[in-house]
Amino acid sequence: MSTRPLVAARPETIAEVTFDATLEERIVDLLRRYPTRRAAILPVLWLCQERYGWISPGVIRAVAQRLGESPAFVEGVVSFYTMYYTRPPARYVLQVCTTLSCAYCGGKELVEHLKGRLGISFGEKTPDGEFQLIGVQCLGACGGAPVVQINDDYFEQLDIKRLDGLLDELTGRR
Amino acid sequence: MEAVLLRARGVPDSRAIATYLAAGGYEGWKKALAMAPDAVTREVTDSELRGRGGAGFPTGRKWSFVPKDHPGPRYLICNADESEPGTFKDREIIEHDPHQVIEGIAIASYAVGAKTAYIYIRGEFVRWARILEEAIEEARRAGFLGKNGLGSGFDLDVWVHRGAGAYICGEETALLESLEGKRGFPRLKPPFPAVVGAFGKPTVVNNVETLACVPHIMTRGAHWFASIGRPRNTGPKLFSVSGHVNRPGVYELPLGVTFREIIHEHCGGIRGGRKLKAFFPGGTSAPIMTAAEVDVQADFDACAQAGTMLGSGGVIVLDETVDMVEAAANVAHFYAHESCGQCTPCREGADWCKDILDRMVEGHARAADPETLLRICRFSSSGMTICPLGDAYALPISSMVNKFREEFDRRIGTATPLPQKKLPVLPWAGPRPGFGV
Repeated sequence: MSTRPLVAARPETIAEVTFDATLEERIVDLLRRYPTRRAAILPVLWLCQERYGWISPGVIRAVAQRLGESPAFVEGVVSFYTMYYTRPPARYVLQVCTTLSCAYCGGKELVEHLKGRLGISFGEKTPDGEFQLIGVQCLGACGGAPVVQINDDYFEQLDIKRLDGLLDELTGRR
Repeated sequence: MEAVLLRARGVPDSRAIATYLAAGGYEGWKKALAMAPDAVTREVTDSELRGRGGAGFPTGRKWSFVPKDHPGPRYLICNADESEPGTFKDREIIEHDPHQVIEGIAIASYAVGAKTAYIYIRGEFVRWARILEEAIEEARRAGFLGKNGLGSGFDLDVWVHRGAGAYICGEETALLESLEGKRGFPRLKPPFPAVVGAFGKPTVVNNVETLACVPHIMTRGAHWFASIGRPRNTGPKLFSVSGHVNRPGVYELPLGVTFREIIHEHCGGIRGGRKLKAFFPGGTSAPIMTAAEVDVQADFDACAQAGTMLGSGGVIVLDETVDMVEAAANVAHFYAHESCGQCTPCREGADWCKDILDRMVEGHARAADPETLLRICRFSSSGMTICPLGDAYALPISSMVNKFREEFDRRIGTATPLPQKKLPVLPWAGPRPGFGV
């Protein structure tokens, strides 16, 4: 299994962020692709999330300043989408699909098992900051139901045994 | 039927450009470049290709709406925001044959005169965004894309743009807003994107599967494409089948095949030898169909005639063990979560439906609930909202109530009243001295 842990969220970015040269270079490359600076908001936010681990208030202000928008506008964009972490995420974010096909092909049991094993509900993190559980809507992989996304990777046709194996592997790697 | 869109599935190293070229790849692009853009559009119009994203609008006509004399830039957008529950076909194409999509994008861009194309892909598809980026880079290095592609004098840049988790961004005008860096709120139409689209310029938005059909139309001709399927419902179609079938997956079949064939022949019937109860023919946004309707043909017109829609071809199969009230609650949860919040009938209605259905599932149904659900749905469908999400929740939920009414009514018979919450008695709400209580 090749799932990498998420970049540790940098708490100091709450206050202020300055983009370094490598990040700035990538932003310039992104800006080339669009006729407006505003269109780069989503991709630049992705870059920042990869770099700083989350979209902190400081990141929002820095992105706004770099792209010539108000922080309120960028905040509005961030809050519309579900995939930007506005709080520091765990190292492994488990997104369990709860939509129809998954729910009826073992997803409900998977959710119960995960909540029991990790001792947390949807939206919560384990106290050690390793795992976070999110109930999500359709991941677009219904043929492989039930589906769990761990960080960037999809895991399909899961059952409790396989999922336990995956979690053991992730916990063992610490 | 011979595999067309999925011909690369199972071929070793199928994503590499060398493999694609060996199978006759980019021949359609060469052929298109030798033709006038109008002639390319005409060929696609003649093939009667209809959009595979859900609406089934004729692709050639969509292209022809782009104004010919517009001076500024135009854009082509490939919609890879695949988010309709039960749909996972675009991912299959990208996984096995990304160059097919890129060639389709190139041909479509040439036909409408776009020099920049964006692939808007859902944020969760990290792996598939990477596959597309690698394929674009390969195509650029091979000289098919970029400045003066194939020495034709036609410049084309293709960029991958990742969404960030919003079902609504699959709706084309919400997609445009999102691409422009805003919240994904659908726009009022008209003006249609073909006239005022991305960045205020003429824009064509086509689904991944639609664009994947285009190279084949160019190389093998409109006539060949139109010979597959039924009149006005031509070509191969990918059906994503999930739920209680023995062999879920993506199947490439000619339009006009019956749902019985899809479910019972291709997918090996219902799991555990149980009986079919109902199925969604095209994602959960399409009205549900009962087991008695399994002989309807899976194409745009036949589904419309049967009072439902083919949508994206995402067939979700439910067996006899499924409780329809629970299934309806699950569907309502999806739309309540995904409504963008712009229009009241959708934002409030989807949420009310969710609350009512949750309460019914918990055993506290009220006598008026089924009618209330139907009334909410009526207020949210047929043009009461800016985009079709209002219909997308109202049609399936009302169809579930109508077609399985006895299950909803049964809940009422066995219901207990909702336990009343005891409000806390606040210190200052007690008897007040001097008021005689």
